[in-house]
Amino acid sequence: MKVVMAILAVSVLVACEREKREFHQSGIVPQTTPVTDLYPGGGTPHAAERSKYEGNAYALSQGKMLFSAYNCTGCHANGGGGMGPALMDDQWIYGYEPDQVYKSILEGRPNGMPTFRGKIPDEQLGEIAAYVRSLSGQAPKAAAPGRDDHMSGKPAESSTEKRSPKISALPPSAVQ
Amino acid sequence: MAAKDYANTRYSGLSEITAGNVASLKPAWTFSTGVLRGQEAAPLVVNGTMYVVTPYPNLLYALDLTKPGAPAKWVYKPKPSAAAQGVACCDTVNRGAAYADGKIFFNALDAHTIAVDAETGKEVWKTMVGDFRRGETTTMAPIVAKGKVIVGASGGELGIRGWVVALNAADGSIAWRAYHTGPDKDVLIGPNFKPFYASDRGTDLGVSSWPPDAWKTGGAGAWGWISYDPELDLIFYGTANPGTWNPEKRPGDNKWSCTVFARRPDTGEAVWAYQYNPHDLFDHDAVNEHLVLDLQYGGQLRKLLVHPERNGHMYVFDRQTGEILSAEPYAYINSSTGVDLKTGRLHMVDEKKPITNKVVYDICPAAPGAKDWQPTSFSPRTGMLYIPHQNLCHDEEVLDVGYIQGTPYVGANVKMNPGPGGHRGQLDAWDVVNAKQVWSVKESFPVWSGAVSTAGDVVFYGTMDGWFKAVHAKTGAPLWQFKVGSGVIGQPITYKGPDGKQYVAVLSGVGGWAGAIVSGDLDAGDPTAALGFVNVMKDLPQSSTKGGTLYVFSLP
Repeated sequence: MKVVMAILAVSVLVACEREKREFHQSGIVPQTTPVTDLYPGGGTPHAAERSKYEGNAYALSQGKMLFSAYNCTGCHANGGGGMGPALMDDQWIYGYEPDQVYKSILEGRPNGMPTFRGKIPDEQLGEIAAYVRSLSGQAPKAAAPGRDDHMSGKPAESSTEKRSPKISALPPSAVQ
Repeated sequence: MAAKDYANTRYSGLSEITAGNVASLKPAWTFSTGVLRGQEAAPLVVNGTMYVVTPYPNLLYALDLTKPGAPAKWVYKPKPSAAAQGVACCDTVNRGAAYADGKIFFNALDAHTIAVDAETGKEVWKTMVGDFRRGETTTMAPIVAKGKVIVGASGGELGIRGWVVALNAADGSIAWRAYHTGPDKDVLIGPNFKPFYASDRGTDLGVSSWPPDAWKTGGAGAWGWISYDPELDLIFYGTANPGTWNPEKRPGDNKWSCTVFARRPDTGEAVWAYQYNPHDLFDHDAVNEHLVLDLQYGGQLRKLLVHPERNGHMYVFDRQTGEILSAEPYAYINSSTGVDLKTGRLHMVDEKKPITNKVVYDICPAAPGAKDWQPTSFSPRTGMLYIPHQNLCHDEEVLDVGYIQGTPYVGANVKMNPGPGGHRGQLDAWDVVNAKQVWSVKESFPVWSGAVSTAGDVVFYGTMDGWFKAVHAKTGAPLWQFKVGSGVIGQPITYKGPDGKQYVAVLSGVGGWAGAIVSGDLDAGDPTAALGFVNVMKDLPQSSTKGGTLYVFSLP
């Protein structure tokens, strides 16, 4: 009985986050995670901030919708990339933590990623960043979108196997 | 120039290398460009020097052909803005340079045209011809006609307002600019504009054939080839696809997208035009080359303009008037049923028309068309046009999309598949006068390289899995092949070296739209990646790695 209660309690907690709606978002924290593993003089890697959007089904589904509405799909397709890099793989040029992905969208990146500062509301940036991470299975499967509303291509985010993200090199074309 | 001559024949009169001896062709020397994106450029040989332009960052090398191993004399680095890479639709390619009056002219990706002293490598002038922040980039090879350097924009996937611009070769000042959408005065349409077909006549069609203001983001760049007829004093080129890809967002003919223009090089004034694909449904740009040929046709010598169109038809025009003499299919087509030669209209098949939020299956030819940018070669010895091209169909779902400056304006999910037969590419020989295929060589991958034909009756081309090949111009019989480091999507050339020997040169380095899966490290798990090209190129990473090497061959 205790076990059942415990499972129930956990389920309720998870379900709460999955279905939670916040109407007064305070925005995501600014970047704290360095985009490197080197700490001169020694140091320990920061623990990344956990995104409050990632366990939330509504936020992820909003992120998916916004990813298309802001024309992210034009460059990154449905995660496989095109004009811009793939987002569903395990290679992250500018970091894979939620705050790093958020920051890439907010600030832009020098090899072609535009800055959306002042163009996309903060909560939406958080939702898009969470969705971007779900493309490589970083979001909880229980919350990630379970199907595509459009032409079927790759498996839905909820059935995407979690890839182990790594910081990768700049694309070779960026070398001058 | 990249296309060999103003007529864009890519035919060489050199005959040391022949169908009989090409089998003994050997590498003479190689050169690493240091850049690993798709190498689409044609090397340019002028006065004992070879000039090579790389993809972004658009390095221009001068290689000294008079010395053993052709060491670099100089390299010019234009340092284009890195951000421009993010608005280059289909890899960060460059298609080559042009030479005139002691200067090399070429484009950097960030919408700059540059003149460099051919001898010293010093910059003579550099002109900003567009604004990459609006999605305008420059990837095409300029031509120089009557002292004007003529350049067109890329950016049909970014909602640009397309144009060509003419720069004065001496100082880089802008002589004229012709837009491809908007009012007649901007399109440089005036009283001397005489299109052959009624549907291309009228006032300000570049406005009235669009929903209100849609022409301002209507695409229609000109990133392909420009040819020139000095006798008629006309340049010929085609415009690109309209934006967005979703045709339901832009009711009307969408002029002047997917159109061939004949213009005066001095003023840019339009003399005639014909819209191949009114209200384009499938991203069928009309930027493919327009060959200027004088041939015996229907019993008389005619001034022809020949265009292998993305929509799968081979158009033969009277280039004086713009009248279509013939428009026969050269590839498998199920999305249209032919061109009405009385009206000039291409008849579309209703059930292949894209509809918002509905998947339409098996549209042939696919978005890159029966043939994309990869240039053909015409041999006057055989009367044949050698057509490197692809055999692809696609499934497409168009979506609602809004224009946001500096982001793609596409609105489509696409998945490409191999066309009938299962092979994805072919090199065809096409009898221009009789409008029929003479032979065809099938290739597993799309043939994304250019072709060159010679007086030795040899045709050279390359494959995306890295074979550089020679076939017999009359029969297509394989004569020779050599495995280069990376897939070939460049334009082969042949030239006579300072030592009097004939050489053949080609850049190896896979990429471009077709090879973006390799050059851009795209993920094969998403079939819609690279606007749907990834679905049909999933096996390319097993067949070619990235590269950026020039190969030069000669007989021993």
